[in-house]
Amino acid sequence: MALQSLDIIRRSATTLPEPEIRSGTGDVTVAKLIDTTKCIGCKACQVACMEWNDLRDEIGTNVGAYQNPPDLSASSWTLMRFAEVENTKGDLEWLIRKDGCMHCQDPGCLKACPAPGAIVQYANGIVDFHEENCIGCGYCIAGCPFDIPRISKKDHKAYKCTLCSDRVAVGLEPACIKACPTGALVFGTKEDMKLHAADRIEDLKSRGFENAGLYDPAGVSGTHVMYVLHHADTPHIYNGLPGKPHISNTVQLWKGITKPLALAAMALAALTGFFHYIRVGPNETDEGDEARAADEMAKTLNSPEKRP
Amino acid sequence: MTDLTRRQFLKITGATLAGSSLALLGFSASVAIAEVREFKLSRTTETRNTCPYCAVACGIVMYSLGDGSKNAKASIIHIEGDPDHPVNRGTLCPKGAGLLDFVHSPSRLLRPEYRAPGSDKWQPISWDDALGRIAKLMKEDRDANFVAKTPTGLTVNRWLTTAMLAASASSNEVGYLTHKVMRSFGVLAFDNQARV
Repeated sequence: MALQSLDIIRRSATTLPEPEIRSGTGDVTVAKLIDTTKCIGCKACQVACMEWNDLRDEIGTNVGAYQNPPDLSASSWTLMRFAEVENTKGDLEWLIRKDGCMHCQDPGCLKACPAPGAIVQYANGIVDFHEENCIGCGYCIAGCPFDIPRISKKDHKAYKCTLCSDRVAVGLEPACIKACPTGALVFGTKEDMKLHAADRIEDLKSRGFENAGLYDPAGVSGTHVMYVLHHADTPHIYNGLPGKPHISNTVQLWKGITKPLALAAMALAALTGFFHYIRVGPNETDEGDEARAADEMAKTLNSPEKRP
Repeated sequence: MTDLTRRQFLKITGATLAGSSLALLGFSASVAIAEVREFKLSRTTETRNTCPYCAVACGIVMYSLGDGSKNAKASIIHIEGDPDHPVNRGTLCPKGAGLLDFVHSPSRLLRPEYRAPGSDKWQPISWDDALGRIAKLMKEDRDANFVAKTPTGLTVNRWLTTAMLAASASSNEVGYLTHKVMRSFGVLAFDNQARV
């Protein structure tokens, strides 16, 4: 199956073709489904992530909320974000969202990255950072519509959730999925996750959450981490989940149209040079030229007004 | 250094610029090797156990270094939920998910310690001394406070001045034995879910 496949379908800053022959299984990709309606905010996923990936963030300070650490970091690849929102009826809703890399089908980080092979996308949909190729420029942060990657202060390289690519590669589910005690996190093929979400949404609608829905934003061609939201019409109330995420125009322009144009300009310059060389040839001087130049020099030197 | 003509200088700088521009545009000569991180549990030894925290008693799998060979010193490198355990089917709570750091905690108690009455210091003692002292004190207390019959003549055989806290990380069988042992002493107050 292609699910465990490490075949790379895209690589940052690389135009060489990727291996394509093992694509017989079609578009089968993996996905993580985060059901915010079932999440109790216990952070077992956060701990499991740290344990599996051998990360230990600094022990911080209490910021007055359950959110801990206060933000994603190079050592905290996933984070429960807690939002207290007053709904239209005047009731308080406690919305908890597991934040982390969304593994976009059209990854802005990969498009923005100038380091060859520092960001790759596997055939199973996972977007992975290869830190040994990372130059620490931080373009991936500018390219990410969800503000996920973080540069480490230790080695100045970018880090983020790998969707446990090392576990998925041997056929296991990611560590966070396995730990989740309420079943709010589910993992499988993207198709299955959409079906699972559809069941959940039907159930939520029957309980009065009319706007329940799946978050699989089209602006980045869908994601391999999806949310079931009780209020899919207003994703921003879940601690600023973007409503219509898209790769920034600057990145699109610079890495999109500019690249072929620059290539064309370079090719044109090279061609012009080549044709100029074979048609006109290099500037060469004969003895007559040298004599004229000597005359000119002598004149200039002898003319009284130019004399220093 | 040899003299560089204007023409040579332009050639060299032009070639350098073109080369670096091509590399930036993706014509890099070296192809990046794509590899995920090595799966760290491939040949570790798996040992099943019960999470020591609460009475839910989730099943865990402990992954340790080495294959159990005589010369390989095992050490737990990872702990996960046991997918075959009927209680938790692989899941864990944040405390259970962090068990590895519990195992290797520098403040973990590794031997019996004794604090004398009135003292503010713990001192290490041997298991023999610890168990001997516990048995001696239990016997003294039981001899002094065991109630065989109530004043009305009802046989009760109870010992109310001592209680026992047992760990929650016990299997059914250990729980059964704890119950039998304590009840045969006449102890009524014991908790097999110590939440410690």
